[in-house]
Amino acid sequence: MSQTDIQSDIQKTILKQQKAEDRRKLMLNGILLVLLLLAPFVMYPVFLMKILCFALFAVAFNLLFGFTGLLSFGHAAFLATGGYTTGYLLSNFSGLTTEMGIIAGTLVAAVLGLGFALLSIRRQGIYFAMVTLALAQLVFFFFVQSPFTGGEDGLHGVPRGELFGLINLEDNLNMYYFVLVVFLACYLLVQRIVSSPYGHVLKAIKQNEPRAVSLGYKVDRYKVLAFVISATLAGLAGSMKSVVFQLASLNDAHWHMSGEVILMTLVGGVGTLLGPVLGATLVVNIEYQLGQGPLRDWVDPILGAIFVLTVLSFRSGIVGEVQKFVRKNMG
Amino acid sequence: MSDQYVLETRSLVKEFKGFVAVDDVNLQIQKGHIHALIGPNGAGKTTVFNLLTKFLIPTRGQILFKGEDITPMKSAAIARKGMVRSFQISAVFPHMTALENIRVALQSFEGSSFSFWKSGASLNRLNKRAMELLDSVGLTEFANTMTVELAYGRKRALELATTLAMEPEILLLDEPTQGMGTEDVDRVVELVRKAAEGRTVLMVEHNLSVVSKLCDRITVLAQGSVLTEGDYEAVSADPRVREVYMGTGSSGERGAVTAEEAAQ
Ligand SMILES: Nc1ncnc2c1ncn2[C@@H]1O[C@H](COP(=O)(O)OP(=O)(O)OP(=O)(O)O)[C@@H](O)[C@H]1O
Ligand SMILES: [Mg+2]
Repeated sequence: MSQTDIQSDIQKTILKQQKAEDRRKLMLNGILLVLLLLAPFVMYPVFLMKILCFALFAVAFNLLFGFTGLLSFGHAAFLATGGYTTGYLLSNFSGLTTEMGIIAGTLVAAVLGLGFALLSIRRQGIYFAMVTLALAQLVFFFFVQSPFTGGEDGLHGVPRGELFGLINLEDNLNMYYFVLVVFLACYLLVQRIVSSPYGHVLKAIKQNEPRAVSLGYKVDRYKVLAFVISATLAGLAGSMKSVVFQLASLNDAHWHMSGEVILMTLVGGVGTLLGPVLGATLVVNIEYQLGQGPLRDWVDPILGAIFVLTVLSFRSGIVGEVQKFVRKNMG
Repeated sequence: MSDQYVLETRSLVKEFKGFVAVDDVNLQIQKGHIHALIGPNGAGKTTVFNLLTKFLIPTRGQILFKGEDITPMKSAAIARKGMVRSFQISAVFPHMTALENIRVALQSFEGSSFSFWKSGASLNRLNKRAMELLDSVGLTEFANTMTVELAYGRKRALELATTLAMEPEILLLDEPTQGMGTEDVDRVVELVRKAAEGRTVLMVEHNLSVVSKLCDRITVLAQGSVLTEGDYEAVSADPRVREVYMGTGSSGERGAVTAEEAAQ
């Protein structure tokens, strides 16, 4: 066989593998879709919506942490900004339809994300985390002081209203399927992003930033874009959440929330697509189950212990460990 | 007559908090040459590379690329202009396949690097060129292997192919043979010779037998300044070079061994 034959053979093998990978992705997406379509018939829709909102939040966070290598410790700011903006607008302007309120909340979070990114992107490692934390604390105090947020009480009674002025979202099933459509769209978008030409550059930056620079990439610009997309989706998660619960509160802006999304992502599997979804599902469930029982004062220490356990003994998270296992045993 | 030089530095200085790592260095790299930068450990060779590619900002001095002052330019822009470096510690993307490593470089000149909505399959049009580049360094059969699993010598070959994918006018190689056995060293010598066809190479190299085989001109750096410059015969006969670099009285070959050992 000539050298060019070997070359084209290998190229064919690679294309075949890509096709197989695409089929596998499609199948997993299909399973996820069916599960989520049927879920409200066996579980309480409001609880499911809570999971989906946090799952979207974690997926957004993971785009930055898992796929770009930037650990933000200030993502609560975007969740809260989306939530407050949407909550305030829908409460005070009855002419707005629900989706307009959500879009507005998302956009404000995107702009805030750009601001955060421009101020933090040059910092490396722990300094980046610290700058994002400091900025998020500023945002927190802004919300504490501002009259429109209702301070410690939060913003209550946000009307769910009607989607496109047509579909009544007071109905929990309608609301659920709306949340589901938004979640799936974002999930597929992130899936697309990480395998796109842009996603390959992010991967390169994450794995060896000086090398990416030496190959002519202005890495700061790529990181800023990743940050803004991540903040936008986190804001969308907050906006949806405020509509679902008809409430926007300081909890969402607190640094606890920035920590919780890190926990969700790590437990589920950082840098995997399904990991944050699974992690959010687990953490929301654990919090709920413990909150009901005699251990209700122990929620934070228990979550803390899970965090430590994950970091020390299964760093790749649940999905990451499963992937490793499959790779090892099925070649 | 400055246009016979692809790369020039004028009174280049780098200070680290009072310590002068690069001291008034004037380099002139002639077009088409393989030019060696040698000197003992800590002489400032890597720092010079970092200055040329703006991974460090010079304290003073000027850098000219094809007669143009590129001193204020940023790293990425310099790479796009045609001066591409490799690193002393092999620089690859470990969790990508060899083919994907090369594609990252090829993609750098495509308009699509911000296209987050496009499918990954759109990068497949780069596969053919990437395979040719892999073939040129003997890595065809490893195209689909994760880079982290490649042996050290192959990683360095991949790094070279990735650098060549940028079609650089001048190639800066920081110790391409470091930590290699004799067989791998011979292969790298051949690769560099091939890569140098039609371009200029500036390389840091401790192994003097490699330098003697490949290089048209040699600059010796010691404690941040240029000690001497010339071809291999002239430089290796210079007693001052023997003193700082080879240890007094030793031959070039032995010097190469000691220097290599010191680098471990
Ligand atoms: N970022 C830095 N901060 C402070 N000092 C530095 C820095 N980088 C290099 N130096 C110092 O500058 C001097 C030159 O270092 P450099 O790495 O350029 O040497 P080199 O000639 O490449 O040596 P080697 O052969 O070991 O690779 C050394 O004394 C080193 O400690
Ligand atoms: Mg060095």
